[in-house]
Amino acid sequence: MTLLHAIPWAAALAGYWLFPEQLPLLSAIAIAALFAVSLDLIVGYAGLVTLGHAAFFGAGAYTAGILAQQGWGEPFSGLLAAAAVAALLGLISAPLVLRAGELAGLMVTLGLGLMLYEAANKAAAITGGADGLQGVEMWPIFGLYRFDLWGRTAYLYSLAVLFVLFMLARLLVASPFGWSLRAIRGNARRAPALGVPVKARLTAAYVIAAAYAGVAGGLLAQTTSFASLDALSFQRSADGLLMLVLGGLGSLYGALLGAVAFTVAHHALSEASPVFWQFWLGIALVALALAGQGGLFGLARAAMARLRGR
Amino acid sequence: MASAITVLLDGVAAGMLLFVLSVGLSVTLGLMNVVNLAHGAFGMLGGYVCVVLLNRLGVPFPLALLAAALAAAAMGFVLERLLYVHIYGRDHLTQVLFSIGLVFIMGAVADWLMGARTQLIQLPSWLSGRMEFAGIGLGRYRLFLIILCGLVALALHFGLVRTRFGARLRAAVDDGVVARGMGLPVGRIFSITFALGSGLAGLGGALGVEILGLDPNFPLKYMVYFLVVVAVGGANSVAGPFLAALLLGMLDVAGKYWLPQVGAFIIYTAMVVLLLARPEGLLGRAK
Amino acid sequence: MSAVTRRSAITGLSIALASPALAQSGDVFRIGLILPMTGPFASTGRQIEAAIRAWLRANPAPIAGKRIEILLRDDTGVAPDVTRRLAQELAVRERVQALAGFGLTPLALAAAPIATEAKLPMIVMAAATAIIPSRSPFILRTAFSLPQATAPIAVWAQRSGIRTAVTLVTDFAPGLDAERAFKERFTAAGGSVTAELRTPLRNPDYAPFLQRVRDARPDALFIFVPSGEGAPLMRQFAERGLREAGIRLIGTGDVLDDDILNDIGDSALGAVTSHHYSAAHDSAENRAFLAAYAAQAPGQRPNFMAVGGWDGMHLLAEGLRRTQGNTDGERLVAAMAGQEWISPRGHVRIDAQSRDIVQDIYIRRTERRDGQLWNIEFDRVERVGPMG
Repeated sequence: MTLLHAIPWAAALAGYWLFPEQLPLLSAIAIAALFAVSLDLIVGYAGLVTLGHAAFFGAGAYTAGILAQQGWGEPFSGLLAAAAVAALLGLISAPLVLRAGELAGLMVTLGLGLMLYEAANKAAAITGGADGLQGVEMWPIFGLYRFDLWGRTAYLYSLAVLFVLFMLARLLVASPFGWSLRAIRGNARRAPALGVPVKARLTAAYVIAAAYAGVAGGLLAQTTSFASLDALSFQRSADGLLMLVLGGLGSLYGALLGAVAFTVAHHALSEASPVFWQFWLGIALVALALAGQGGLFGLARAAMARLRGR
Repeated sequence: MASAITVLLDGVAAGMLLFVLSVGLSVTLGLMNVVNLAHGAFGMLGGYVCVVLLNRLGVPFPLALLAAALAAAAMGFVLERLLYVHIYGRDHLTQVLFSIGLVFIMGAVADWLMGARTQLIQLPSWLSGRMEFAGIGLGRYRLFLIILCGLVALALHFGLVRTRFGARLRAAVDDGVVARGMGLPVGRIFSITFALGSGLAGLGGALGVEILGLDPNFPLKYMVYFLVVVAVGGANSVAGPFLAALLLGMLDVAGKYWLPQVGAFIIYTAMVVLLLARPEGLLGRAK
Repeated sequence: MSAVTRRSAITGLSIALASPALAQSGDVFRIGLILPMTGPFASTGRQIEAAIRAWLRANPAPIAGKRIEILLRDDTGVAPDVTRRLAQELAVRERVQALAGFGLTPLALAAAPIATEAKLPMIVMAAATAIIPSRSPFILRTAFSLPQATAPIAVWAQRSGIRTAVTLVTDFAPGLDAERAFKERFTAAGGSVTAELRTPLRNPDYAPFLQRVRDARPDALFIFVPSGEGAPLMRQFAERGLREAGIRLIGTGDVLDDDILNDIGDSALGAVTSHHYSAAHDSAENRAFLAAYAAQAPGQRPNFMAVGGWDGMHLLAEGLRRTQGNTDGERLVAAMAGQEWISPRGHVRIDAQSRDIVQDIYIRRTERRDGQLWNIEFDRVERVGPMG
């Protein structure tokens, strides 16, 4: 079992040697994967669908970016700051989201995300507005490893952060806390009868997911030395959700798979046909939805089950 | 003062247009519990049909509008029977995946057939220009929008309340299982309603070419607005989305006129506040 | 391989086969072209790509022994991190010798550090904010800058008896550049700007803003919006009856973009704008450009974006000729800076110090000729620098 779990990480490391000229793309995949994982925590495990998760991603990106721009370019502390700010934002917005019902809550997440986008646009003096944040200069990691043009440092850094946070997430979902989330997702009305404080748990999950998304955003700002409004955009929230649904909810590995599949497909199709990549992506999405086996991960699991003869 | 009234009337026209575009989504969501993010694509289809008929074939505007609505309705009917029927009852996220895929496909086809440029039409002379009374100016086209969309809203209302189909529809919405048990052809009701909603979206798209612009990004660009109308207005009535669309249209326009620094921020803040105040929608019933 | 690459490869190959001497060198000059080919700014990407293909068709012979290969990448126009990543990949994986394109300011700014670190010449063909060339010593611009395009109309307005004006710009860097430049020049010449309106970059309705303009009753309305947005705005301008209220329309040429001018229709008649390129420009170079473009993209009219692409290719080719095929980044940039030639738009020079473009700005009026709408140039300010 543990061998199977090591496969994605072995593959990721192999990527470093197999595709040395594609490392910026691999970094982008790692960051997308972390974002998808953060979404899985809240959507897949807690059952709370959100259309505004990019708000936390963007908040993290701008925090890490502004910190570096103002002269503090140490990478790890930048990530911590990004996580903290995103978590705070999550803490403030959670009660608003949870107050409304299912569809209304969804729209509130959308509305809050859009509001943050507009606010960041207006606060151009701080965020750089539509131009983006300029002058972000990162210090070398541990004082030794510079963020180079080839993206070597960036990739290993992003991968390491993803690995650590992923393992933490696995511990989290296997813990009683994680199981209580699943109980809430299964039947939110029954859960209190089991002694589960629904609102408190959901808020906690929301804040943790926000922090994770913040770290992902911080990684993006640090590895690209740039932060711009699209990190806060609805497009990014929607992409994250697509990756998650594509890969399969509620398994964490599905999030990884979805992020890889979506980013690679986008990149490959876009290169082959710069104008019509959307068409083929659409076909793939429709086919997957109709196949309906819980995303790619679900399909993989079903295939494996069939192979084992169950 | 006069210009303030003009601005408010502009908002009313925008709101009415938004209503026609969104009401189909509201009914689909309320009736079939399907999150259809591709709703805007039917609007886009209507817009393009109108553009082609007007620009290339010189068809009179009213006929082009009708054709746009019919084309979108037909497409809605076909897609519903072929594809949507497979995702009823599936979880909302799968429906999200499916409908976004559909938007991508239709957007790419539109791009391939019509190009990426914003489409422009020449309105007939009886719809161009301004009218003034008592110092209050209003564009002829805006007035036309208000009248036409108002008639559509009335027709929908009476259709729901007075016709047999409307009664069946309301029954199916209230309790689909019981409705089936009473022998109502719920599946067929779904199809017709979906086609109707799509047709209205097509009409809205055609009407919106002049005001909102038309390009392959239309469905994704305006999806947020449709969702806002449906969420604020509630998903199982006609009056709810009507009020919501009017309110949002007016707030949006008024905000841009009096507080241009803040602009688009207003509509999102308003939506969040309204949703927190009335989570079931303006006229929605608690479930 | 994209279609452009295939076509240039085939062209290059056929020439190589036909001339054995050339086949020996087999050297290729690879240009990484990053453009918004999809998304809200796709028309910019399409215009530039068509112009580049047209240029390649018109100039099929190898330059200084090298045939040109274009690697086209779509950055969708809305995600600067994608632009940066594409630039990185083109530099590191495809080993291009130059980067080109960049449809909007944030995209150019995101890619600038890559050009610096990889030491690649970066030709900005579309983005128009003034600060861009200062972001990297490898950037050269063949597009234009907003202050450059705005200053002449501000001066002309004052001279034509316009005393009060309201500015309406899109709320992002180029728009703010235009607003600032107009206000400075206009007030310096004695006019007064009574209101400064900014519309959001994503805005479905210009109506309320134009209503405010009507209520303010200035002598003229100055407009800047990105290429392609002119149509919905002009419709509203007509619908609000601003012309009947006696408000004249002035602005930079972006609002009456050649690509969509005919679609805008008669509401554009009589508008006076200043810009660096009009498809109606009367010169032999422009006629050749129009013919080449028409062969490449029949039925479409090239706009100022296209001419930025065409001139960008010319600049790269000239640079390559001067270095005699040496593709070292610093050498190429030094060879290109200071270049001066007659482009389809008129006289242009790439300033040796700032690497930005110095060109003639024309004052044009929209008129109907031979059944079509054109921006007819009637006055000209020569050698306008990038700061106006």
